[in-house]
Amino acid sequence: MLCDACGKKEATVHLTEIVNEKITKLHLCESCAKDKGAEMEEHFGLSDLLAGLADLGAHAEPEMMTVLKCPSCGFTYQDFKKAGRFGCSECYEAFRKQLDPLLKRIHGSNRHIGKVPLNAGKMVKETKALQDIKVLKANLEKAIQAEEFEEAARLRDKIREMEGNPRSGDAQQ
Amino acid sequence: MTPDDLLRQDSEWLKGTGPNADIVMSSRTRLARNIEKIPFSNWANKPQQQDILAQVRDAAEKINFLKGSAFFMLKDLSEIDRLLLVERHLMSPEHAKDVEYKGLIVDPKEIVSIMINEEDHLRIQVLQTGLNLRECWRIVDEIDTEFSKLIPYAYSPKWGYLTACPTNSGTGLRGSIMFHLPALVFSGQISKILQAISKLGLNIRGLYGEGTEATGNIFQVSNQASMGMTEEDLIGNIDRIINQTVSREDATRKSLLMKSKEALVDRVSRAYGTLKSAHIISSVETVTLLSAIRLGVDLGLVKNIDRKMLNELFILTQPAHLQKLEGKALTSNERDIKRADLIRERLKGG
Repeated sequence: MLCDACGKKEATVHLTEIVNEKITKLHLCESCAKDKGAEMEEHFGLSDLLAGLADLGAHAEPEMMTVLKCPSCGFTYQDFKKAGRFGCSECYEAFRKQLDPLLKRIHGSNRHIGKVPLNAGKMVKETKALQDIKVLKANLEKAIQAEEFEEAARLRDKIREMEGNPRSGDAQQ
Repeated sequence: MTPDDLLRQDSEWLKGTGPNADIVMSSRTRLARNIEKIPFSNWANKPQQQDILAQVRDAAEKINFLKGSAFFMLKDLSEIDRLLLVERHLMSPEHAKDVEYKGLIVDPKEIVSIMINEEDHLRIQVLQTGLNLRECWRIVDEIDTEFSKLIPYAYSPKWGYLTACPTNSGTGLRGSIMFHLPALVFSGQISKILQAISKLGLNIRGLYGEGTEATGNIFQVSNQASMGMTEEDLIGNIDRIINQTVSREDATRKSLLMKSKEALVDRVSRAYGTLKSAHIISSVETVTLLSAIRLGVDLGLVKNIDRKMLNELFILTQPAHLQKLEGKALTSNERDIKRADLIRERLKGG
C-alpha cells in the first residue's frame, strides 16, 4: 500500500481517527508520518507518534494507532490521560467506553442518583422519572418482603403507569 | 467590599462557635458546576471565558442569597490580596494562578464564595463554623438551585453534573471539615484513626489542602467519591464518621487530663511562654504552639485567653495577613519578626 500523502513510498504507519463514531483511516509512509506528526502534535502528542516510529526499523510490522476524539472540542483520549481533565462536557459521551470503568474505580459507581438541575428540560424530566421508578421498585421489593400485598399492587400499577405500559389489573407477571 | 474590609472582620470559619467548636473548627461544602456547550475553563478560549464570567455574574446578581456580595476580578487584585483570599479559605491556591479571566464572588459574611473559571466554570462553596455540614449543604443546595434557574448546567442523566475532572462528577459535591486533634496525636492513636477514616472512603489532608502536612494537629477530611450516592447520604456519611472521631478525641482529652495533667500543663505553659517572649517566629512554629494553647483553653487549663483570640492570631499571623497589616511587602525574615511582635502584643492584652 502506498502512502496517502505522497503516493510514492510504502505506507507503514496506519492512523485511525474516531470522531463521532465515524472512522477515518490514514496510511502514511515514515517521512510523511513524521511531517503529519508535527501537524497533529496538539491532538495526540508528537512523542507518542515518534515512539511508534522508533520501532519501525526494528520490525516491519505496521504501527496501528487509534485516536479517539471528542467531536465537540477535539480533545483526544490521550489528551485526557495526560491532563487528567476533560476538554468539555461532551467528552464524557465521546469517551464513554473508557469512562464507565474509570468512574467505577474512582467512585465505586458510575451512575448518578443525586440532584437533578431544574433547567435541563426534557432530558432531566426523564431522568427524574427514571429515578422515581427506581425508588418505587425498591419500595415494591420491600412491600413484597413485608407481605404488604395491597401496597405492592398499588406500587406495581404506579410503576407500570410511569413506564408507559398499559395499566392492566391482570395478574400477568 | 474590598480585601481590606475582610481584614477587619472575623472569618465565619474562625468564629470558634457552633456545634463541637472545641474540636471542629469549620465545615464546608462545595459544588462543581459547568455551563453546557462551553468547554471547561482550562480549554475555553478568551471570549468563552469572558462569557462564563458574564453569565455567572449576571445570574449571581439575581440571587437573593448573594445580595451585597463582592465580585472580584482576580487580575485586578494584588498578589498579596489574592493570597489573603486563599488564607481565608475563600478560594483555592490554584485559583490564584493564571488569573486573567478568573473571578470570585464573596458574600459579606464570608459564608458563601464562588470561584469562576477555576477548573470548573463555577465552584460554589459554603463555610460554617463548628460541625455544621448539614447546614452547609442546605445553603449550597439553595444557591445552586437558584443558579440552575438562570444557567443551563452541563448535566447527564447517567453521570450527573459533568465536571472537568471525573473525580468530581456525579453530584459535584465535596463536603469537608477541618478539625483539631491534639489528644489523638499526643496519645499516638492518630495514625490508626486516619487509616480507619480513609478506609471508610474519606480523604485526609493537612491544613492547606492537598499535599500539605498536618501542621498544628489540624486535619481536613472530605468525601472521596461524589457519584452513586445522594447528596444527603454523602453528607450524612461524613457527618457520622466525624462525630465518631470527635467523641474519640473528646474522650482522649479527658483521659489525658486525668492521667497526665502535669505533662499537659507543662506543654501548654511552654507554648504560652514561647509565644509570649519570642522575637522571631515562623508560621509553622506559631500554628504548632497555638495548637497546644488551644488545647489548654479547651480543657480549662488556660484562663485568660479565649478561642476567638486564638483564631484571630491563627489567621492574622499568615503571610498575606501580616503584610496587609503592615501595609507593605515583607521578606520571610521580616515576617517572622512582625509575627512575633503581633503575638506578644495580643497576648499581653489577653
